[in-house]
Amino acid sequence: MAEVTFENVSKIYPDGTRAVSSIDLEIRDGEFMVLVGPSGCGKTTALRMVAGLEEISEGELKIGDRVVNNVAPRNRDIAMVFQSYALYPHLTVYDNIAFGLRLRKMAKDEIDKRVRDAARVLDLEPFLDRKPRALSGGQRQRVAMGRAIVRQPQAFLMDEPLSNLDAKLRVQMRAEISQLQDRLGTTTIYVTHDQVEAMTMGDRVAVMRKGEIQQVASPQELYDSPVNLFVGGFIGSPAMNLLEGKLERANGGMAVAIGSQKLELGEGALRSRPALKSFDGREVIVGIRPEHLEDAELATDVPAGRRLKGQVALTEALGAELIVYVNTDAKPAVTDEVRELARDAGAAQPAGAAMGDAEGAALIGRFGARSRVRTGHTAEVAVDVDGLHFFDPSSGMGIYDGTTEEGT
Amino acid sequence: MSSTAAPGSVVGRPPGRRLPSLKGGWGAIPFVAPALAVLLFFLVVPVVWTIAMSFNTGAGLRFRRWVGFDNFERLLTRDGRFLDTDEWPWSGALINNIRWLVVYTLLCLILGLITAVLATRVRYEAVFKAIIFIPLAISGVAVALIWRFVYSPDPSLGVLNAAIDTLGGDPVSWLGQENTVNYAIILAYVWASTGFVMVVLSAALKGISQEVIEAARTDGASEWQIFRRIQFPLLSLPIAVITVWLIINVIKVFDIVYIMTNGGPGGASRVIAFSYYVETFQNGQGGYGAAVAVVMLLLIVPVMLLNIRRFRSEAIQA
Repeated sequence: MAEVTFENVSKIYPDGTRAVSSIDLEIRDGEFMVLVGPSGCGKTTALRMVAGLEEISEGELKIGDRVVNNVAPRNRDIAMVFQSYALYPHLTVYDNIAFGLRLRKMAKDEIDKRVRDAARVLDLEPFLDRKPRALSGGQRQRVAMGRAIVRQPQAFLMDEPLSNLDAKLRVQMRAEISQLQDRLGTTTIYVTHDQVEAMTMGDRVAVMRKGEIQQVASPQELYDSPVNLFVGGFIGSPAMNLLEGKLERANGGMAVAIGSQKLELGEGALRSRPALKSFDGREVIVGIRPEHLEDAELATDVPAGRRLKGQVALTEALGAELIVYVNTDAKPAVTDEVRELARDAGAAQPAGAAMGDAEGAALIGRFGARSRVRTGHTAEVAVDVDGLHFFDPSSGMGIYDGTTEEGT
Repeated sequence: MSSTAAPGSVVGRPPGRRLPSLKGGWGAIPFVAPALAVLLFFLVVPVVWTIAMSFNTGAGLRFRRWVGFDNFERLLTRDGRFLDTDEWPWSGALINNIRWLVVYTLLCLILGLITAVLATRVRYEAVFKAIIFIPLAISGVAVALIWRFVYSPDPSLGVLNAAIDTLGGDPVSWLGQENTVNYAIILAYVWASTGFVMVVLSAALKGISQEVIEAARTDGASEWQIFRRIQFPLLSLPIAVITVWLIINVIKVFDIVYIMTNGGPGGASRVIAFSYYVETFQNGQGGYGAAVAVVMLLLIVPVMLLNIRRFRSEAIQA
């Protein structure tokens, strides 16, 4: 096992495209690091550079203490799990798993022991004599995992290993892979475009965009303090509502005007974000997570200054909660980042903006299941103002303490 | 089919009207009749006729006198140009054909495989493949003529001897001596067929997922091990198909021999099909020629059976 270090690593294609641009990233020994981002952000390229399947144009890549820029994949002592599983179609499950060990001329009984151990862990024992084509998707995925773990490599590299599975199986395998990695303690780099996978599996998550790392942090930190608009909009489901707002002084504190309505900010918001003061009288982008909105009738202790009114455009009852789209006259924040996030979700524009009318955007809220708001009626929405996020519209950076910090 | 449908519900076609079953019954006859008729007149009749003729003197392609197995006996024991087992090494058209079978088939496969694998790894793949493939587009007669020039004993005409001449050697009459003539013709035919083998195998190579190759690479395989343990086994089916094609090609080979050497020198480059042609159309011995044809047929049958059996086992697997 070993740490994997990117030092100023870039991938530049002959036509000048920078698929990966000067990444610095240190993956600790035994850590589960997730690279996440929309398609085309360079996460897979970064992973393939670790595997040695992609040449490194600039910078240094280390596995352990060794610079591996010019080391062939077979000498890097890493194991990779591919999106398509990439099993050897002419070999049985047993031979698939044993392949890497046989190439290393390992003793027969040691190979047999390791293969059978892996098969037991992965519930593959009944299938050892089958060919891959006679297996289900989930079984194939486990064979691919088995092929990686028997090698006992320095690091596992996983390239969207769950994206070909159906939703239910994906949730199950997600937990199994997490558990397995926990037990083996092998350094793992896991690439996915699914932020739920990133949040649930990673010890730390690196959010990438356009070949650059935006933020590296624990899942909770990413959620609580996104360094910029992109990370804020990418992490969380449903996505954060991003609206144009204006900060102003009110009643000795501060308030943010969203459309024609105002939200008074409490002490908490200002204490955790002292830099907000310097935005007095200026435009900001306000991020409101759907889970920080609640039907005012279910949150009667929220004062009038922390409520928004609007017309309910749509409700989606999920049983445990109610997803509500509320039209207000707040303008959706539209920046390059927001457009890119929407594109990645497969929509022409963010869900809120799509649902809203010409006046403004729809706020998406997660209301308690007992909420009785109805489509077409006016609703009052209570806002947990301490959970609000603020971004500088010119740079897209989050507004925290004093300086708008650069992404790490 | 509709076990879940409620009783009495109408599922599928209405009761009472049934399409005639095509399995087994006479209803199928009209559908296969045209194909059967074509097969009958252009395959079954000539084959039966040829087999019958092989037991006949058959002068001038007409049935004359029944001679039993005389033709075969003469062909296999007394015709030195067809099969000469008197002295080692054996010789004759049949032995030549076996030589063709081994040398031509192996060379085509090996060269085709090498060029296919290399083609996928060079930058100018399309150009490279086109160059290898072009000979296939040339007619057999033209191939024969081209290689007659290549092998010409006159250094001012023959490329090969010109090269030997430049290096200070004596010109070799490749097509004029018994020990080189067969290999010289085989080589020309290999040149003309390798392109096809390459195209088929490189298409099959392309069909192997790139991720599988990359998986092997990260699993620790060298490029040679990737070829030996991944690509080659996955090519076994296309290689089998192409081998059958090559074998059938080789048993039927005629035109290139006819043009390049006309069977010479002294019958040393005769092959089975060439013997058939000589006996039937030059010597006017229809019956004797037919016996040659029957021997050729008997050689092809096992290859065809093997092929059919493989197709069947594939159908079961699929």
